Amino acid sequence: MREETLIPKVGVVTDIRQDTPDVKTFRVVGLDGKKVFEHIPGQCAMLSVPGVGEGMFSITSSPTNIEFMEFSIKKCGCLTSWLHMMEVGQQITIRGPYGNGFPVESDLKGKDLLFIAGGIGLAPLRSVINYVRDKKENYGSVHIIYGSRSMDDLVDYKEIIEEWCTDAGVTVDLTIDRPQEGWDGHVGFIPSFVEELKPDLSRTVLICGPPIMIKFTLDGMKKLGFKESQVFTTMELRMKCAIGKCGRCNIGNKYVCKDGPVFRFDQLAELPDEY
Amino acid sequence: MKKISLDKMNELFAAIAASQTLYLPVDDGKKGAKFDAWKEGAVYSTAANTSRSAKDFFFPQVEDMASFKVEGKEIEVIDTREETEDFVVFGVRACDAKSFEILDSVYLADPVDSYYENRRQHGLIMTMACNKPTDTCFCSAFGIDAANPAGDISCWMTDSELLLEACTEKGEALLNALSMLEDADASAADDTKAAIKSILGKLPLANLSPDGMKQKSLMEFFGSDKWAELSESCLGCGTCTFVCPTCQCYDIRDYDTGHGVMRYRCWDSCMYSDFTLCAHGNTRTTQLQRFRQRFMHKLVYYPDNNNGVFGCVGCGRCMRSCPISMNIVKVMKALEG
Repeated sequence: MREETLIPKVGVVTDIRQDTPDVKTFRVVGLDGKKVFEHIPGQCAMLSVPGVGEGMFSITSSPTNIEFMEFSIKKCGCLTSWLHMMEVGQQITIRGPYGNGFPVESDLKGKDLLFIAGGIGLAPLRSVINYVRDKKENYGSVHIIYGSRSMDDLVDYKEIIEEWCTDAGVTVDLTIDRPQEGWDGHVGFIPSFVEELKPDLSRTVLICGPPIMIKFTLDGMKKLGFKESQVFTTMELRMKCAIGKCGRCNIGNKYVCKDGPVFRFDQLAELPDEY
Repeated sequence: MKKISLDKMNELFAAIAASQTLYLPVDDGKKGAKFDAWKEGAVYSTAANTSRSAKDFFFPQVEDMASFKVEGKEIEVIDTREETEDFVVFGVRACDAKSFEILDSVYLADPVDSYYENRRQHGLIMTMACNKPTDTCFCSAFGIDAANPAGDISCWMTDSELLLEACTEKGEALLNALSMLEDADASAADDTKAAIKSILGKLPLANLSPDGMKQKSLMEFFGSDKWAELSESCLGCGTCTFVCPTCQCYDIRDYDTGHGVMRYRCWDSCMYSDFTLCAHGNTRTTQLQRFRQRFMHKLVYYPDNNNGVFGCVGCGRCMRSCPISMNIVKVMKALEG
């Protein structure tokens, strides 16, 4: 019988990093110590713990990382709570890659990019950010606007400060929701921060975060003069198969798992608001 | 075309069943019919249709997918798939035969679902023209001809004979292997077909047409103010999805067998509140949204993605099963208006 994508492979967790109080980043390789499969930034994988459940997670690491894949996962349900209890060496199952990914080789190529992320929304964008940083010659400048509830909730803070902020051609603007001791950066929500910063209108935008943040940020950006057709986002709905057959992750006639998870806002404007 | 006398049908069934499992509609003891494996003495039911659709043969209600052995931190994935044995399904109606094409467009699309493909490859479909279409039948609305059902072999019943015509190579091979069949004129089924067509023309839903479902945009249908009234009394029981031959949604779950974990899939329903429930919330919190999803899928989303083919075959099962007498015909009529 042909190979069945629904039957997963075994992955080994080789490193666990506590990013924030409720976000951990897991490093995963196959039993042979190599990457389980190759992916495009923005694509996802189904991770599972047999007996607990299976879920779709965006691959946080860039494909330019040839050694392993990383997943930044927020503890919020049954499966993610189990994943958060794991120790290094634990095996899980993995299958993928799924979804379309960001158009890094077409629409994004040669463009100045603006990344806007809120909270764990940085996870799928981190893959693109590091991909673009590794292939600088193919892209213009990079502007990153990232915010979280507090200083402690900024995912990948170490990487942001030590690598992104020191990278030529990359501008990083951080914000947290409320004032906090030890924080001398911007304080305020992302939508208003973006309006204050007035990013360059020629940039192609990639945005990810809580739905409410995306909604208000997009409204503000439209006021600034951005068009829906220059803004990409990545979606997340309940999935079982990840290949457009189990029938639950649709938005209108599109399945998030196979037609997405990356959509342009002008495409979403033609679909029901069920996300 | 081939023929056999009706009083020799058991001989035919026995000959087919000698080399593979033969399923056929039999009386279910509840004034209906159900598919069952043929055994000596079984009586073919000529009921209008089976209560459950024929999708179970290719997409069973529950099926194992893979198992896992878990020891400490280690996991072993065990591929539990097995090649299905050949089987024949006799007496499939034209509507259910068409439903296989709709299921194919989902499960055989890349990446192919190997569980479904395996069963499709090993199953042979013998359809039966509908001598007795009922008031709840509306397959003709979707371009299905109940007098000329598809499948690997099409069959017709006259007063005295069973007529069989091969539609595929697989069907041809089976007919050639059945030595008790005699040759029949190509026109032998014409009178039966004409009689069926005349009944079809008089059915209450004979003039139903889905053309109105092509006149408006996806967003116009989605935003229709009719959904509130249509869905108001829906109980969310999901019966319509379970009896539907084209409903193909499934859930994947794990089961602790005591010495490992079995991952299986089972039918699921968009009518259920946990269908879209995520750890962070639910995208369809009201029964209106869930009801709308089911009908939008069959009448708008599926056709949009499949060259205008509707995701309904007019079998009428939902009409007969719904506890509050709601059905896709009422939805179509309301949305078109």
